Amino acid sequence: MVGILYYISIAMIPAMITIILAYGAIKRVNLYDAFVEGAAEGFQSAVRIMPYLVAIFLAIGIFRDSGALDNFIEILSPITYRLGIPSEILPLAIMRPVSGSGALGIVNDLIQTYGPDSFIGRVASTMMGSAETILYTMAVYFGAVGIKNGRHTLGAALFSHLVSMIASIVICRIVFLQG
Amino acid sequence: MPPPYIYIERNGIGRFLSAKQNPGVSRMMNVIWLAMIGIGILSAAFHGNMDAINQAVITNTQEAVVFAIGLTGIMSVWLGLMKVAEKSGLIHQIGKAVSPIMRILFPEVPENHPAMTSIMMNMIANMFGAGNSATALGIKAMEQLQQLNPYKERAMNAMCMFLVINMSSVQLIPLSVLKIRADAGSANPSEIIGTSLIATIASTAAGILACKIMERK
Repeated sequence: MVGILYYISIAMIPAMITIILAYGAIKRVNLYDAFVEGAAEGFQSAVRIMPYLVAIFLAIGIFRDSGALDNFIEILSPITYRLGIPSEILPLAIMRPVSGSGALGIVNDLIQTYGPDSFIGRVASTMMGSAETILYTMAVYFGAVGIKNGRHTLGAALFSHLVSMIASIVICRIVFLQG
Repeated sequence: MPPPYIYIERNGIGRFLSAKQNPGVSRMMNVIWLAMIGIGILSAAFHGNMDAINQAVITNTQEAVVFAIGLTGIMSVWLGLMKVAEKSGLIHQIGKAVSPIMRILFPEVPENHPAMTSIMMNMIANMFGAGNSATALGIKAMEQLQQLNPYKERAMNAMCMFLVINMSSVQLIPLSVLKIRADAGSANPSEIIGTSLIATIASTAAGILACKIMERK
């Protein structure tokens, strides 16, 4: 099962490319010209998101590297402990929406410390796999079209993130800790 | 002091928007951004490691630029392929096929609009862990949605919904996590695929629900 899913994962992008090009060839589209015409816009899009990325990476970098993030976690930990989030997991729960590579580093640490098949290790893996970075994604997508007011996006995304964190813990409890 | 209400005219019909609906004003992002930098600098002063800030200013912004430049290649690839798909009529075909489901999530997007196809392809790329391709297709989708957006600096409901679904992650196989688990000698590295999937479904559903409720305001 996993093997099949893994293979599909790898084959997906080549499959999409093949379908698009094959369909274009059947419909007698001038493939090369059309591709180049579209690709010309790629550079503009990348340049357009750059200032937004710089702004968000700057804030994340300062907040993380100054030690403020660690303090934030210390302050939050008694509150989230009551919600059922183990204090070992909290740094990950907070880092996950902020920085993908940072979160992966924490997962790595937790798995090295507690073992991949420990409860903490399994919850950390589940959390990492079930959530996404929020701040950076918003910066890229809204930045690309110059949206300045994201309205309820951040609120709904943070709520969704909280649900994903709690669901990860509850599901791991049910699946791995029965009896 | 800015006026609390602003007047906007669209399709010949003028109406007042409260300051809360004022396009182009995003207090939340403003506050978070300032707070992260302000608290960060204060915290560095308190801990006595101001140099961390200097380092962060240089290296993190550099990362941002490198990332954006790095995205240019894959961005061009997908924009090129989408142009091919547009000219062959494939985008129209896919749009027609996915319309029934997409209409529920994105009622503002007209049937057969090309944004539907970009959104669909972004979700497929996301599911299979092709992050950069997904980003490129997602940006394309945002550009197409922006054409439908009456207030250019204020996100429309469909954009919020699209981003929230995107950010709740729908990746089927978290390859990087599997690799860490396998390297650490797990007896069964892939046992977390199922739990991740259930947690993802829960969080995506919660995000969609939250969007549908919050967008009414």
